[in-house]
Amino acid sequence: MAAYGAGATNRRLTGHGSSPGLRFTVYAILSIVVMVFDQRGGWVKEIRFLLQAAAYPLQLAVSSPTTAWAWIRESVETREELRAENERLRVRESGLALRALNYEGLARENAQLRGLAHALPPIADRWLAGEIISVELTTLRQRMLLNRGTTNGVFEGQAVLDDAGLLGQTIHVGPWSTEVILITDPEHAVPVQIERTGLRTIAVGAGNESALALPYLPANADVKRGDLLNTSGLGGVFPAGYPVARVEEVHRDAIQPLAQVRAVPLAHIESDREVALVWFVDERAKNAALQSQLAPHPDTPASAAAASTPAAAPLAPGAAATAATPPAAPAKAKVTPKTPPKSEPPDDAADAVE
Amino acid sequence: MNARAREPRGRLLLTLALALFLSVVPLPANLDAVRPAFLTLTVIYWSVAAPRAGGIAIGWFSGLALDVFQGSLLGEHALALSLVAYIAVREHQKVRAKHVFQQSLMVLGALVIYECVLFAIDGWTGHTLFGPLHWLQIVTGALLWPVAAALLTRSHAPRWES
Repeated sequence: MAAYGAGATNRRLTGHGSSPGLRFTVYAILSIVVMVFDQRGGWVKEIRFLLQAAAYPLQLAVSSPTTAWAWIRESVETREELRAENERLRVRESGLALRALNYEGLARENAQLRGLAHALPPIADRWLAGEIISVELTTLRQRMLLNRGTTNGVFEGQAVLDDAGLLGQTIHVGPWSTEVILITDPEHAVPVQIERTGLRTIAVGAGNESALALPYLPANADVKRGDLLNTSGLGGVFPAGYPVARVEEVHRDAIQPLAQVRAVPLAHIESDREVALVWFVDERAKNAALQSQLAPHPDTPASAAAASTPAAAPLAPGAAATAATPPAAPAKAKVTPKTPPKSEPPDDAADAVE
Repeated sequence: MNARAREPRGRLLLTLALALFLSVVPLPANLDAVRPAFLTLTVIYWSVAAPRAGGIAIGWFSGLALDVFQGSLLGEHALALSLVAYIAVREHQKVRAKHVFQQSLMVLGALVIYECVLFAIDGWTGHTLFGPLHWLQIVTGALLWPVAAALLTRSHAPRWES
């Protein structure tokens, strides 16, 4: 055994006719090429897409203990608990139905009042419920894997919400699964607006599922505990007006030029089991759809209008600043003009909910 | 040349899949910080025990799988793991000759190299995958080595003990 040396014996040992050094060099170069292209976002994306498809079964297997635990917990829930939950949901549902009745009217009235019927921010058009397969909540990565992918029309940079607020956006999309970067991921930044004052700033993830940082507010900025932060619509990924977080703590230090502000996300990041992937339609297409509904054959022209109008973001007043993308949101600020495949007519949002 | 037919390829793939599972299965945050690099240990083991079946290619593909699962830069873990596998294949004679606790020290060194490669790539690309606590994994990995090696040895006919 001790007689083995380098060179020829290694060749015999490895049995592949080449030395480990050579093979390592080849693999190292291959890794570097792949890394460079993955970083720049080129063709490696398609490879990743395929690999993600291949990885999906194992990802399901990996999450199976969690799923099994949830299933067990659910099946031992008593009848009483289920009944109480049912009751609660019923009350909530009727409340929501009432609000939905108001919604169309309010939207039109709002458009009239602002006189900007063609330049309103996009609104949710249809959404798709996705189940969370696994969640990764560490200081440096806050990610989540959903059981939806391109076969469901999911695209990269799509907004993900839950019933309470903004959760994040899709980052790697596979055929059946999607990785979501949460707003609390330290690599994620979301442009927000303080509801009370209209002040715009950027909320950066703090690597903690219950904290966002607002690092760009000057010490004299008008912000206080309890302020609600909405999406500002800048950056083009998230439309304006969706709730993101509530300010929890404002710390002003005399020697610091910036205030240290901490906000708590409204979305239930820790307890969610289902989230909504949202498609937004711009108001112009929506209006076209509304009008063509008065026509005898509403569906076809409506969907055609919605599909043929890519994001009208440059028209929107807020989005005029799209070019001035916040520097802290490098990968996030992609405007995605891709209109998703319209399998359903755009106004049948209720049908699209699964 | 019959030796090649006896290479435990099936066992190797099975244990690698298991190690990958252990590496990506969700854990509570404080446990996650000290989770040993199961996949790295397994790759080292097979590179030492069966350098013909294991080795650089196995390390590379395992690393690529890890990249897909962790959503890290594609090729990052692949490079680090193939480097570790290369070192293990080169030094497998020396490692085999050592007592298992001395092997632990060598594994510690390999894990340091592994983490440094990842750390460097993270630094260059501006992504951050790990916090400072992550370096504890090197220690837990090295501590786990005697157990892992014993278990993995049991998974196939012991080739170097006798």
